[in-house]
Amino acid sequence: MNFLPNTDKDREEMLKVIGVSSVEELFGDIPPELRFKGDLKLPPALSEFELARHMEELAAKNTAQDYVSFIGAGAYDHYIPAVVGHVLGRSEFYTAYTPYQPEISQAVLQSIYEYQTMICELTGMDAANASMYDGASAAAESVTIAAGLTRRKRALVSKTVHPETRAVISTYADARDIVVEEIDYTQGVTDVESLAAKLGDDVACVVIQQPNFFGALEPVDEISAKVKQSGAAFIVSVNPMTLGLLRPPAEYGADIVVGEGQVFGSPMAFGGPYLGILAVTHKLLRRMPGRLVGMTTDDQGNRGFVLTLQTREQHIRRERATSNICSNQALNALAAVVYLSWAGKQGLREIGEQCVQKAAYLAGKISEIDGFSLAWEAPFFNEFAIKCPVDAEQVLEALLEQNILAGYPLGRAYPELKQYLLIAVTEKRTKQEMDALVAGLEGLA
Amino acid sequence: MRRPEPLIFEISKPGRKAYSLPALDVPAKSIDELLPQGELRKQPAELPEVSEVDLVRHFTRLSQLNHGVDIGFYPLGSCTMKYNPKINEYAANLPGFNRIHPYVPEDLAQGALQLMYELQYYLAEIAGMDHVSLQPAAGAHGELAGILIIRAYHRSRNDLKRTKILIPDSAHGTNPASAALAGYTVVELPTDERGGVDVEALEAAMDETVAGLMLTNPNTLGLFDENIQRIEKIVHDRGGLLYYDGANANAILGISRPGDMGFDVLHFNLHKTFGTPHGGGGPGSGPVAVKDFLEPFLPVPTVVYEDGKYRLNYDRPHTIGQMKSFYGNFLVMVKAYAYIRSLGPDGLRQASRDAVLNANYLLSRVRDYYDVPYDRYCKHEFVVAPLKIKKETGVRTLDISKRLLDYGVHPPTNYFPLIVDEALMIEPTETESKETLDYFADALIAIAKEAYEDPDKVKSAPHTTVVGRLDEAGAARNLNIRWRKPE
Amino acid sequence: MNYPEDLKYTKEHEWVKVENGKARVGITAYAQDQLGDVVFVELPEVGTEVKAGAMFGTVESVKAVSDVYAPVSGTIVEVNEALNDAPELVNEEPYEGGWMIVIEMSDPAELDNLMDSADYQKMVEEGGE
Repeated sequence: MNFLPNTDKDREEMLKVIGVSSVEELFGDIPPELRFKGDLKLPPALSEFELARHMEELAAKNTAQDYVSFIGAGAYDHYIPAVVGHVLGRSEFYTAYTPYQPEISQAVLQSIYEYQTMICELTGMDAANASMYDGASAAAESVTIAAGLTRRKRALVSKTVHPETRAVISTYADARDIVVEEIDYTQGVTDVESLAAKLGDDVACVVIQQPNFFGALEPVDEISAKVKQSGAAFIVSVNPMTLGLLRPPAEYGADIVVGEGQVFGSPMAFGGPYLGILAVTHKLLRRMPGRLVGMTTDDQGNRGFVLTLQTREQHIRRERATSNICSNQALNALAAVVYLSWAGKQGLREIGEQCVQKAAYLAGKISEIDGFSLAWEAPFFNEFAIKCPVDAEQVLEALLEQNILAGYPLGRAYPELKQYLLIAVTEKRTKQEMDALVAGLEGLA
Repeated sequence: MRRPEPLIFEISKPGRKAYSLPALDVPAKSIDELLPQGELRKQPAELPEVSEVDLVRHFTRLSQLNHGVDIGFYPLGSCTMKYNPKINEYAANLPGFNRIHPYVPEDLAQGALQLMYELQYYLAEIAGMDHVSLQPAAGAHGELAGILIIRAYHRSRNDLKRTKILIPDSAHGTNPASAALAGYTVVELPTDERGGVDVEALEAAMDETVAGLMLTNPNTLGLFDENIQRIEKIVHDRGGLLYYDGANANAILGISRPGDMGFDVLHFNLHKTFGTPHGGGGPGSGPVAVKDFLEPFLPVPTVVYEDGKYRLNYDRPHTIGQMKSFYGNFLVMVKAYAYIRSLGPDGLRQASRDAVLNANYLLSRVRDYYDVPYDRYCKHEFVVAPLKIKKETGVRTLDISKRLLDYGVHPPTNYFPLIVDEALMIEPTETESKETLDYFADALIAIAKEAYEDPDKVKSAPHTTVVGRLDEAGAARNLNIRWRKPE
Repeated sequence: MNYPEDLKYTKEHEWVKVENGKARVGITAYAQDQLGDVVFVELPEVGTEVKAGAMFGTVESVKAVSDVYAPVSGTIVEVNEALNDAPELVNEEPYEGGWMIVIEMSDPAELDNLMDSADYQKMVEEGGE
């Protein structure tokens, strides 16, 4: 199956117009010794039916799809309404590319404008871009923005920020000779004293996560006050699903808000594609990476949308651009717009409330089991850490037999937390499923 | 003419809703008991309140204002807007791929890992390289990974004086931006009269302060660099490495391999070469491939096969690190994998042969009406410019592009590469029929004639789209980048 | 195209007007025409030292960015704040309201290195179309 419309007769006619006798002649400028001889060692072509069957077989080997999951740790099993798939399946959206020609790209442009508005509403920030690759790379690029703004070369990142986000920040920072230092945690949240000790007039930015990787709510006002004193930029990584209920980061002084937007209508899909959210204050607008859509009018005075402030971008400013990003995660941003339109003003709040209620219920039940306890006292949203009587990997392993994925063993990223398990719930988890998890844990006590 | 669509916020009405949730099945507590009062939002976020039918009609009507590959020809140069097979969408929507969390135990995700492992191998084979990491999320992200690998390699040898990257002036804008993001100074190389790298300039620039050369081959003029062997020798002899920008790889599948040309690192754009949709801007996927000696520096994780099982390998002490969370844009990989399995080795080669045939046919059809700055057989794309038309009628590339909208096709890439004045960069791809190419050629020819007969008609185009030419200067001067509820 | 005779010009298309021993600087009518609609002008702060030939700011149109260079050395004593809100002044009045900075010159002899109106016009016409 090869999706090629031209027949051999078409090809003959085309060659004649070109004035060559074979396609081979068109490759005459490739030195003969660089021509690939023989066949690529790839499996032979499949018909559509054979391919469908093969893909179904591969998918079926991912038996995790049949388990009840309490794993969160940066990707969450929220319900995705049918309208999301329906709209994303419109090939006017998914077979288009970057809207370079606005007159025939108003769907993509207007949906991004709607997306920008929703992200500004949720975060309280002045401007949101059209998307980054994911929450982690958005955080990494925001450190670069801060270093450019402050002309400082140290970045402080709390250890309660997602380990993979910290890893990506390090990759990007290293390239720019930005030194990344980590801030310790205490009682499951950023240690403000440790932060204060590390702050100085050479610190470009401080990165925290709210709620943090352990699910706990950070003392953001205290942290913000310290950061502001030092003149560093305050970067907050959020789980945007919490913002239906929690106050927007702009209220506690965030200069840049980043986040993983997967929760808004993108499936967990073994890690991607997800949605990198990035929003800034007005002051940082021209330092922002990525696409931005603005409203304007046409020659008849009709409203329309265009890409704007493009001089920040690589296709114009090349090596002096704010970033190298070109392709982004537009379709995931569209999923977020459709999801947020579906949930709306009330729904997002209600989904958040259900997450909080269910997490509180489960945490309460687990803390009643002998040998199990909540790791810390800090308030949490939909995710929390428990301390187990044994290595958390053993707990995970044991519960697999009951088709339960019990959570994320924190020892994988924090060697000092081997007995700690990070548990997430969403509005999808039922009391029955949570009770089954509790029963399973009781069996280990 | 289609009507403009109001914003979703403008059709919102208090109390309307599309969502539904199951009744809370655990004993409810007051939210104030569960979360500190001070952390709660005082004002709800101004999200729209719409019914499901409002929502569906809004996005459906909106979608009708957009062009896409499924609607018509989309010859956007260097973007490879080929047809996106529907079976690939079916595969990516299977619950077994969608519903798995990235942190599930590897034993429960063997299908996903097998797919990634095999895709790594397929891409290495197509590239003529030894190892692949699927982590980067897009082409530019792959470029950054690749340049960081080059940097890590020089550093591992304690060769710290290499602070520059050479990039031809015809390169994609992402190349210099990626090199700069990786901490390098960019040195631009001129293009020679045949459209390739000016080898003398390369000779002069390539010294012990240069880390490497980034090259697209065929380049953005659609031309294969005939001097690639000399270029390779100059760069390697002086200790530099060669980076291959795979954005234009659609011309060479099974025909010539970057690894055999001497490139050390490359990225592919799965959303260009391997048929995955462009999503209105993304997601894409930009795997990096390297030769053996650079394997230690690849981003983590990669997928390995050991003792009858596929697993993720993070054990790479000299890695450049992680480029993003988790393992890359997995669902894009699923589609690219399905694409490669559909075509097989013969199909891939035939795709490149037809891509090159289609481009040369189109060039032949329009060459008498437009200037051709580098007149050779092209590969998968080519560049023409309306220089004579502009001089004689004042009609510019922008006008021609806008007029093409009235013919129902997407215009070519405009004003790129930068080295060609008034450039129109045209990439038809292999999935277009001769009839489509003829329609497009006839449209370009008709517009060339219109430029003389009725230049104002071309200069004021488009005439049939939902909006006319938009005031981009006004948009930048009076920024309006979010909707606000009217007071 | 307009080339006022009381100004001096650079090869990079800046103009200089000497007033009370200070140099007022902007970009020429030709330069703004080449750029198209100017949407943003980035200028340094008052008090910044500049060297003749060194970049002091950037001018952006919708799809291009252009650096602007100091024709003479000295200290910047005035910056045209009006361009923040009305960058289009660069297009509309390149030699008046569209001025960018005023330099307190450290070496007025540098003015002799600049072109007069006739030479600049010749350069533009020979280089242009």
